[in-house]
Amino acid sequence: MAAAGAAATDLEVVRGKRAALFFAAVAILLGLPLWWKTTETYRASLPYSEISGLNALQLRLMVPVSVVFTGESVPLDDQEKLPFTVVHEREIPLKYKMKIKCRFQKAYRKTLVYEEEALSMGSIQEAEAMLAESQEQAEGSLTVYVISEHSSLLPQDMMSYIGPKRTAVVRGIMHREAFNIIGHRVIQAVQAMSLTEDVLAAALADHLPEDKWSSDKRRPLKSSLGYEITFSLLNPDPKSHDVHWDIQGAVRRYVQPFLNALSVTGNFSVDSQILYYAVLGVNPRFDPASSSYYLAAHSLPHVINPVESRLGSSAASLYPVLNFLLYVPELAHSPLYIQDKDGAPVATNAFHSPRWGGIMVYNVDPKAYNASELPVRVEVDMVRVMEVFLAQLRPKGEGLMTWELDRLLWARSVENLATATTTLTSLAQLLGKISNIVIKDDVASEVYRAVAAVQKAAEELASGHLASAFAASQEAVTSSERAFFDPSLLHLLYFPDDQKFAIYIPLFLPMAVPILLSLVKIFLESRKSWKKPEKTD
Amino acid sequence: MAVTYSSTRRGVAVLAGLLLLSLGSVATSQFEEQAEQFFRSGHTNNWAVLVCTSRFWFNYRHVANTLSVYRSVKRLGIPDSHIVLMLADDMACNPRNPKPATVFSHKNMELNVYGDDVEVDYRSYEVTVENFLRVLTGRIPPSTPRSKRLLSDDRSNILIYMTGHGGNGFLKFQDSEEITNIELADAFEQMWQKRRYNELLFIIDTCQGASMYERFYSPNIMALASSQVGEDSLSHQPDPAIGVHLMDRYTFYVLEFLEEINPASQTNMNDLFQVCPKSLCVSTPGHRTDLFQRDPKNVLITDFFGSVRKVEITTETISLQPDLGVLESRYSS
Repeated sequence: MAAAGAAATDLEVVRGKRAALFFAAVAILLGLPLWWKTTETYRASLPYSEISGLNALQLRLMVPVSVVFTGESVPLDDQEKLPFTVVHEREIPLKYKMKIKCRFQKAYRKTLVYEEEALSMGSIQEAEAMLAESQEQAEGSLTVYVISEHSSLLPQDMMSYIGPKRTAVVRGIMHREAFNIIGHRVIQAVQAMSLTEDVLAAALADHLPEDKWSSDKRRPLKSSLGYEITFSLLNPDPKSHDVHWDIQGAVRRYVQPFLNALSVTGNFSVDSQILYYAVLGVNPRFDPASSSYYLAAHSLPHVINPVESRLGSSAASLYPVLNFLLYVPELAHSPLYIQDKDGAPVATNAFHSPRWGGIMVYNVDPKAYNASELPVRVEVDMVRVMEVFLAQLRPKGEGLMTWELDRLLWARSVENLATATTTLTSLAQLLGKISNIVIKDDVASEVYRAVAAVQKAAEELASGHLASAFAASQEAVTSSERAFFDPSLLHLLYFPDDQKFAIYIPLFLPMAVPILLSLVKIFLESRKSWKKPEKTD
Repeated sequence: MAVTYSSTRRGVAVLAGLLLLSLGSVATSQFEEQAEQFFRSGHTNNWAVLVCTSRFWFNYRHVANTLSVYRSVKRLGIPDSHIVLMLADDMACNPRNPKPATVFSHKNMELNVYGDDVEVDYRSYEVTVENFLRVLTGRIPPSTPRSKRLLSDDRSNILIYMTGHGGNGFLKFQDSEEITNIELADAFEQMWQKRRYNELLFIIDTCQGASMYERFYSPNIMALASSQVGEDSLSHQPDPAIGVHLMDRYTFYVLEFLEEINPASQTNMNDLFQVCPKSLCVSTPGHRTDLFQRDPKNVLITDFFGSVRKVEITTETISLQPDLGVLESRYSS
């Protein structure tokens, strides 16, 4: 009986051992990986290597230039060598991690018949008119016409001329080294029209690791995907002034053409309003010498804030807003002049704040008060007003001529690429630093799209297609911003290690202790059984 | 543009001489300009994020704290569109408020900080850690209205003020969750990576407030706290009529300090560091400036609390023709 009982307990012991081993196997082999996988943060795969490769991207900005020689511009034997292509490549020395090279690809050729005709016209304007009607040039490309040394197309002392529509005219020379000399002149003309170091430095100003203290020289208008422009007429004294302004006509005539030209770079929307009983926050001082009122230069910064809350412009859209205010001072404070730092009245009677907009003071003509009784009807001279507003709106030198628009596109493309690269790199860095940010699949696809767009933009820039390069760079910026600012990227709330232990220990410890103890017991017993044969021997 | 080739050498010599002369004068004026710019901060706009994290009537003082800072910031010029105000509970219309529609900050009801034009952006249960982090990092769902967003850019100076109940390394939100100093530091780092601020001033009035700024690692952040680790921030005055403490000591003295500031004043940050010494505050206020590039004595209070705009006189005009014609053709591309 005892033997049968002993055999039964042996069997049970063996079964018990097997059961413990199975439990342990399931827990360790199945449970542990399952727990690990289900508690990790989901990260869709991202092209980290390509993102770091973007930083070392070599940007080649190619400007295709056609250099067209007329009959007597260069010696005959030089003319025989046409057509051929010369490439002039220059590295832009900016302290930026992306290397930028400017490549001017000059295709030298002889004139065609209609070009020869046009260039033998009397004046340069006629020549340009005739040339313009026959060809349309792609964005970013330039044409330089080389005329003879003694041609009368240009005034005698003028060696080169830069036209408004991507063309330039340069004088040729009858010399042995004609091509070299003319090559230099062409490069000078072309560089003035397209890419210089200043343009690129300004575009990349936010990304260059320079001293912060030249920040004031940065471009006043940060490039954004769109702007909202608001024109406001402030009439603090409607009892005395009945002010009318033809803002719709003025916008249509003067502002809209400029915005249409810039429309390729972003969305611009314009609106206008009239505010009554809106005063400036600063009291003007009376100047007995000129019997007028003035606003001193140091009080100007305090004018904007009290007025801004009345403008109500921030409710409308998410684009940055530019406000242009026209202030008609009250009768008691007329005429009102703005003084500069030296105390002299400013000719334009206007001031502006970068990235905010501008304010102009419009004084009513004193003659209007003579005849009629109050309120006096005031018709605002929109031309004078728009001259000032456009000067405030337009950062220097943008958008006047076609090649200036091209220059804007070059600058914006480079800036967009820099911004997109920085955004993607920051995202990769953040994901490395903060381990519990989730990356969903659609965010990952945005990142892939952004990377592809950056690479495509770089390719298009290298082959000289400015329009498609700019479009690709815009897409790169929008995709990268969308990926970075996706609401799902909020890092999961941080759990310090002791809290993690506090959560898991009550779950795992009661289960783990019996398993571990039985494993230890099994191990000790099997060690004993290995040692037994030695003992008996 | 006349580019002469023959007289280049002579021209170059003259030009070089002129350049050397002008370089001398340019260099000195540039140095002066640089020196002046060194002291200026380079920001063009100001934002403020003011957060009160406690609810319940007995935490009246936290709402009063936040509203006092809100009032100062508005008085010094930051418009409502640039302020994100988060109040976790409504004290002015609380059923236990004996003076409805008011929140007082001084004993004997001298100063009602809940004036006529308070604009609360996040109210009551909307004040959560998640919403706060979303506001800071900009990861906001697209349907959020503009007034609830922090639309700062790389040239914005941001003031962040937080008050409530806190501990060593955390701040309690709404009595149900908390934000740790690590999350806050990570949020600031994300703001820095995306260049959402030029400079940041972080002020916190809670118990053990200094622990909240210990973990910051992004540049251009200056932090002030009402008490060190291990110390409690104490409240200031109870009001027998209302029945609760009206303000915390640190913010009370900061408010007194700010009432002396006007938009044109030249007071700097070193004066703000001296506010509320241990004799008045019982706790020891702390500050952290190692991440900040400029010297605090060159930082004006109005750089963060006010909104002084940089203006330039418009000296140029574009000449326009009164009729269309010539102008339009110049713009067409």
